[in-house]
Amino acid sequence: MSLLSLRGVGKRFATRHKDGGTLALSDLNFQIQEGEFVSLLGPSGCGKSTALRLIAGLIAPDSGEILWSGARPELAFVFQEATLMPWADALTNARLPLDLKKVPRASADSQAEAALARLGLKAFASAYPRELSGGMKMRVSIARALAAKPKLLLMDEPFAALDEITRAALNDDLLALAREDGITVIFVTHSVMESAYLSSRVLVMSPRPGRITADIPLSQGPHDRLSPDFAQAQAKVAAALMAAA
Amino acid sequence: MKRATDIALPLLLGIALLGLWEWIVAVRQIPPYVLPAPSAILHAFIDNFASLMASLLATLKVTVEAFLAALIAGVATAILFSQSRLAERTLYPYAVILQVTPVVAIAPLILIWVGFDRINAALVLIAALVAFFPILSNTTLGLKSADFNLMELMRLYGASRWQILWRLQLPTAMPYLLGACRIAGGLALIGAVVAEFVAGSGTATGLAWRIIEAGNRLEIATMFAALGLLALLGVAIFAALSALEYWLLRRWHESALSRPL
Repeated sequence: MSLLSLRGVGKRFATRHKDGGTLALSDLNFQIQEGEFVSLLGPSGCGKSTALRLIAGLIAPDSGEILWSGARPELAFVFQEATLMPWADALTNARLPLDLKKVPRASADSQAEAALARLGLKAFASAYPRELSGGMKMRVSIARALAAKPKLLLMDEPFAALDEITRAALNDDLLALAREDGITVIFVTHSVMESAYLSSRVLVMSPRPGRITADIPLSQGPHDRLSPDFAQAQAKVAAALMAAA
Repeated sequence: MKRATDIALPLLLGIALLGLWEWIVAVRQIPPYVLPAPSAILHAFIDNFASLMASLLATLKVTVEAFLAALIAGVATAILFSQSRLAERTLYPYAVILQVTPVVAIAPLILIWVGFDRINAALVLIAALVAFFPILSNTTLGLKSADFNLMELMRLYGASRWQILWRLQLPTAMPYLLGACRIAGGLALIGAVVAEFVAGSGTATGLAWRIIEAGNRLEIATMFAALGLLALLGVAIFAALSALEYWLLRRWHESALSRPL
């Protein structure tokens, strides 16, 4: 069942020059099915983050429309940086969406604690962000997203700043968590490997103006990272990305 | 080890300078109405202890009240600015005018308006005017410095304006506000002294007034004693606000972390 569809979505950003601004997205069309894990893959500046922010409702499209089947579902967003409140411990950070919805403290605490535990941070609930490593901060950020009990999780290059080993571990954890909760994920990345590993579908985007140039269905991971099948999937995605540029 | 020398070195210098001072006054036979020896100042302090303490308390009271008034007014105005660009654009120039006009020049007017029968309120108002601006400008800057991604995230989760103010903007502004408090604490004391000077005879009872009065009577030793107390008060206010800053920021802010340089 289709969760949302973008129809002819365009977005222009104002610049200082009087040339009408930069066309970030033009005639963007795609559908997301419930339960999919879709990667938006493309080079920097192709408008993939803009597409994600449009879906989140943080910005409005200049043309076209974003259609939800039914009401807009509960959303969560994860940025490239962990974007935690430095003055609050991990538990308070994870509890943020619940606090904003005025969930009673005891219930919010136990939900946030459970979310932290799922990310392997049970022992770090009272740690402050500065006491955590980059990977652990990102785990808190994901715990915060899961605490909101989203139906759709939007992720904007969440692991781009992490080292390879941390990244691989977080990829596996994310896949397991999304599957457990039946969350639909839209995942922005510029890593071929990451998109091939995580996705049930990869949408390849080309820049200026951003549009979809390939729609590649894949078998979703976790994969054996050294297997020929996975190498083949990566090659397929890489070829589409090169063709788009 | 480092901590011990941090205290010992300035202390040794102070003792050496006081010794030199005492010695020069004795050897050159400088008259006490020009420069009293430290021992004479200590005598004056002990002789006038009760009244000097009463004056200290009076000045401290004006300073603390003025500081609190400036804190509340400064933070409230900064919050207003953060919620309404229109209010900021309209009012900010006047805040600047208030800041650049020397308070000594406004003080006589305020004394007349508020009235000598309500001298305490007038003193507090004058001192608060001096302390107000750094709190306003720093808090305004702090409220604007909130992490934009966090703000968008909160909006995505349906946060109201007040939730964003309370949970994001005010905590972000806290280090800025506390830095401003250290400056404003000292300024409130300066403002209190200026106000006492301007208020003059028969009204003020604080340390600044004691300095003028002692000067008129050529009791230079008492003047020095009052001056020393004012300096101590300034240091105490600064230390207290620094301690508050450290205590509030110690868990999370870069400025409060101890790292080897």
